[in-house]
Amino acid sequence: MSNPATEAPVEDAAPVQTHKVFKHKRHVNGKFVIGATMLSLIILFAIFGPMIAEFEPRDSDNPVLIPPDSTYWLGTTSLGYDMFSQLATGARTSLMVGAVAGLIAVVLSIMFGVVAGYVGGVTDELLTLAIGVMLVIPGLPLTIVISSLVPGRSGLLVAVILGITGWAGSAVVLRAQAQSLRNRDYVSASRIAGENPFRVIGVEILPNLLPLLTGQFLFGVILAILGEAGLSYLGLGPTGSISWGTILNEAQAGGALTRGAWWWFVPPGLMVALVGCSLALINFAVDEIINPKLRSAPLEARRLRKAKKAAKAEKKAAKAHKKTEVNA
Amino acid sequence: MSHASTSAQSPEHRPQSGGGSLEFRNVVKEYKVRGAQRTIRAVNDVSFTLSPGKTIALVGESGSGKSTIAKTILQLERPTSGEVLIDGKAVPRRGSALKRYRKDVQMVFQDPFASLNPFHTIEHHLERPIRLHGATSPGQSVHERVLELLERVNLKPAEDIVGRRPHELSGGQRQRVAIARALAPGSRFLIADEPVSMLDVSIRLGVLNLLARLQREENLGVLYITHDLATARHFSDEIMVMYRGDVVERGPSDEVILNPQHEYTKTLLAAAPDPDKLGSMRDEVRASLAASDS
Repeated sequence: MSNPATEAPVEDAAPVQTHKVFKHKRHVNGKFVIGATMLSLIILFAIFGPMIAEFEPRDSDNPVLIPPDSTYWLGTTSLGYDMFSQLATGARTSLMVGAVAGLIAVVLSIMFGVVAGYVGGVTDELLTLAIGVMLVIPGLPLTIVISSLVPGRSGLLVAVILGITGWAGSAVVLRAQAQSLRNRDYVSASRIAGENPFRVIGVEILPNLLPLLTGQFLFGVILAILGEAGLSYLGLGPTGSISWGTILNEAQAGGALTRGAWWWFVPPGLMVALVGCSLALINFAVDEIINPKLRSAPLEARRLRKAKKAAKAEKKAAKAHKKTEVNA
Repeated sequence: MSHASTSAQSPEHRPQSGGGSLEFRNVVKEYKVRGAQRTIRAVNDVSFTLSPGKTIALVGESGSGKSTIAKTILQLERPTSGEVLIDGKAVPRRGSALKRYRKDVQMVFQDPFASLNPFHTIEHHLERPIRLHGATSPGQSVHERVLELLERVNLKPAEDIVGRRPHELSGGQRQRVAIARALAPGSRFLIADEPVSMLDVSIRLGVLNLLARLQREENLGVLYITHDLATARHFSDEIMVMYRGDVVERGPSDEVILNPQHEYTKTLLAAAPDPDKLGSMRDEVRASLAASDS
């Protein structure tokens, strides 16, 4: 490895050692495992939660503001809605909005960023201008304006609104990447072979951007879920459907905080945080896979620590040895 | 061509049209310097003609304009003035006519690690040019043609190679794949931009011999770009020496090497290691060391 001086030289020279290091590097990424497990649990909850819920999410025949117990697993709201059922139904809307908005944002950032970077010239100037404008316009106010203009918003429409307002940042990064990729020899080679520009972008460039696109998609999903929650909290979310954001909005309107009804606002808030956390963990893992430097950083730190410890112990031993010598 | 030496009177040099040649006529390429009101002239009024079955070596140091010439021939760059002609006609700039030109003129890149897309299999790299230009013999499937190409460049067993990705091959193997790709459309002219400079010394000769054999068998016109005068002499009929965008000397290979006219060519030749001189140099060093010891 890079720091043989601090390591026992014999160990370092042996080929077995390199094999060990290699194996270690292929080790399953812990962040990915935790993030993916969390995310799949949440998705499973969104799929099966509404099925196993005993009450309809809008069933107001239940007693009001009951803390969690064996019948009402997560308590009830001030209108007698069952929180578990509300949370599970809300998960479907929130995740759908996140996924759709993330997808739209990725597609738009490819259309603007990659095309601008690859084509260059006047096209680049125009597309970069569009990206710049979208980047400068503050996202949330624009979202608010658009969603307040549209009456009767469905979850899908909110997703589209969030998607078309949240792609500019990714587009900037993709443009820079595409600019660097377009001068690679293999891209020149496929142009020389006679491929048309669409195929060069789609088949030669995009696959090499896949790790980056994955990261951007995950980031887009986080942003959209947070954005949806924010919009709903302000009363500008999807009308008529339940999401984590609308639950929070109702909790605020129903005075959950002042009445001490923590079971009303903690679960949806926690769910938003957990989804964000799981996606961020997966994103970090993807980053480490793209950039091997990040991957070996903790390993290097550990090696350094170990080496320091070993040096200290050696010093101590030497001191002790000296002492015994003197005593003798 | 004020710098051209007396040896510039080779038959290839005279402007000729038709006869299935690729002609580079009075090409100038200037690059704008960003943020300044001046330009850099990368290629200054260069003319030559590439004929089938002939190899021209383009020799010069880094930055002398060799690669710009390659890019201009392959229409990756547009010349500032002058033109590139194929079979006596100007090279089309776009559309299906440009695609037909691409079928005729192909390139082997310097770095086989960069010229193959890490994401795709070897089959993809060879299959695309075949499909794009319909370059199969009658009754032959694309896959059969891919295997045939791999065998032509001595990559055997071909069935084993097609499914691999570039990182699973060695540098020499990759360069062979790149050569197979350049041949795939059924090309007539090959631009080889320092095809062996990134390879291990031990496999350079193998790849160069392969290029020479293919050139003979397919009657290709080859532009061999290099900074290695020894291989230039061995593998080409004519040598052009470039210095800072100008062709300073050109002529039949042996003549340029054995009887260099221009100062720059002489410098290049002097810089190349000579095994005999190396021996005497070693003796000198040893003698001086022995002298200082005693």
